Amino acid sequence: MIAVIDYGVGNLFSLKCSLTAIGADACITRDAGVIHEADHLILPGVGAFGDAVKKLRETGMFDLVKQEAQSGKPMLGICVGMQLLFDWSLEFGEHEGLGLIHGTVDAIEKRIPQDLDIPHMGWNSLSYVKPSPLFTDIPEGSFVYFVHSYSAVDCEEDTVAVSEYGAPLTAAVQKGNVFGTQFHPEKSGDIGLSILRSFCALKEEPL
Amino acid sequence: MITKRIIPCLDVKNGRVVKGTNFEGLKDVNDPVELAGYYSSCGADELVFYDITASHEGRKLFTDILVSTASKIFIPLTVGGGINTVADFERVLGCGADKVSVNSGAIRDPQLIPDAANKYGSQCVVLSVDAKRVDGSYHVFRNGGRIDTGMDALEWIRYGVEHGAGEIVLNSIDTDGVKQGFDLEMLEAVNRIVKVPVIASGGAGSAEDFVTLFKTLPGISAGLAASIFHYGEVSIKELKELLQKEGIAVRL
Repeated sequence: MIAVIDYGVGNLFSLKCSLTAIGADACITRDAGVIHEADHLILPGVGAFGDAVKKLRETGMFDLVKQEAQSGKPMLGICVGMQLLFDWSLEFGEHEGLGLIHGTVDAIEKRIPQDLDIPHMGWNSLSYVKPSPLFTDIPEGSFVYFVHSYSAVDCEEDTVAVSEYGAPLTAAVQKGNVFGTQFHPEKSGDIGLSILRSFCALKEEPL
Repeated sequence: MITKRIIPCLDVKNGRVVKGTNFEGLKDVNDPVELAGYYSSCGADELVFYDITASHEGRKLFTDILVSTASKIFIPLTVGGGINTVADFERVLGCGADKVSVNSGAIRDPQLIPDAANKYGSQCVVLSVDAKRVDGSYHVFRNGGRIDTGMDALEWIRYGVEHGAGEIVLNSIDTDGVKQGFDLEMLEAVNRIVKVPVIASGGAGSAEDFVTLFKTLPGISAGLAASIFHYGEVSIKELKELLQKEGIAVRL
């Protein structure tokens, strides 16, 4: 079973629908027992990093998610959920993340030409940096849907895909069993569903 | 590379799409779920559902449609029409909308923009503006473009973005329905003052109008249209092929 972690951030309806569409047995939960029993975890997220991490702590999910990820269970962070995997975020101050993947989350604005819109919103293509089981079935150059103003930096070691937006932005990361996509697979049409399918087929692996 | 988005807008009344033509393979052209699936398969990058129902029963039918669409179609879905309160955001987001477009509701209560952005994030708040030239400036109109608010459109858009709107839909009443192309002058004026994506709406009569839009104003991130897609005058697939041929990045 796939547990989508509900810590009071964002709209989980379409994520649940997309998992149902690929035939996955998914539930939205903050029950520690259910999360512990689940084979796969998905950490969603929208909005500001600081709020997300605060809610993650308030619901008791911060330590639990960290423990579960360290146990080797496949885990996927999506959008702000991916950003939470890193050490730090510099969005509105300085906030500590889960530290499961090394790197920092910082404003895109600092790295791209001034005439580009912020947020980075819309369909952008994936360029692979290194192979990852998430993308085995996805041709390079496939389009996925992004909406974000911050992105991960100083994480070259674990970056598996980037997207070009005036500069290469971190699009996907992987460190062992811990995966993150800055884009929304649940909003990326058939390509997105295929990525979710690959994630759900993963087996437990030590970090 | 980021691509230009092509967005069809579906007007929904009492659970049915109000206008439409017969596309090949489409059994019921007025079924929003079926039409949404058709557009998605043709390469639409997002969908907008616009609720033009006034009744409570109609609203219920509308949210049922959202649920059915979101269960089957996995591209971003924006909902507009009748959004007056944060509770309206809650209602449509809980049924599968990804973004919510505000127009008259935000004019009546400008605090709606920051309240919704704080609660759901800026990425989810779309400010839709109907604007028209009046005495040498752009005025904001409300109630489907019928009433001149006297507000300056550029100031209103600046306020919206500063208070949390993550995207602007600019509908020019001057070009809407004329089918002679988008209002490039008005779009340019808006795009110059905001950093968030601007979606052009109103005036598209042919595929070439989209080419002109993106070539003249490379800063505009998307084009939205309703009737030209519904009446089959322009097919989304052919439109995107034309754009690509003209050197404009699209998702094909």
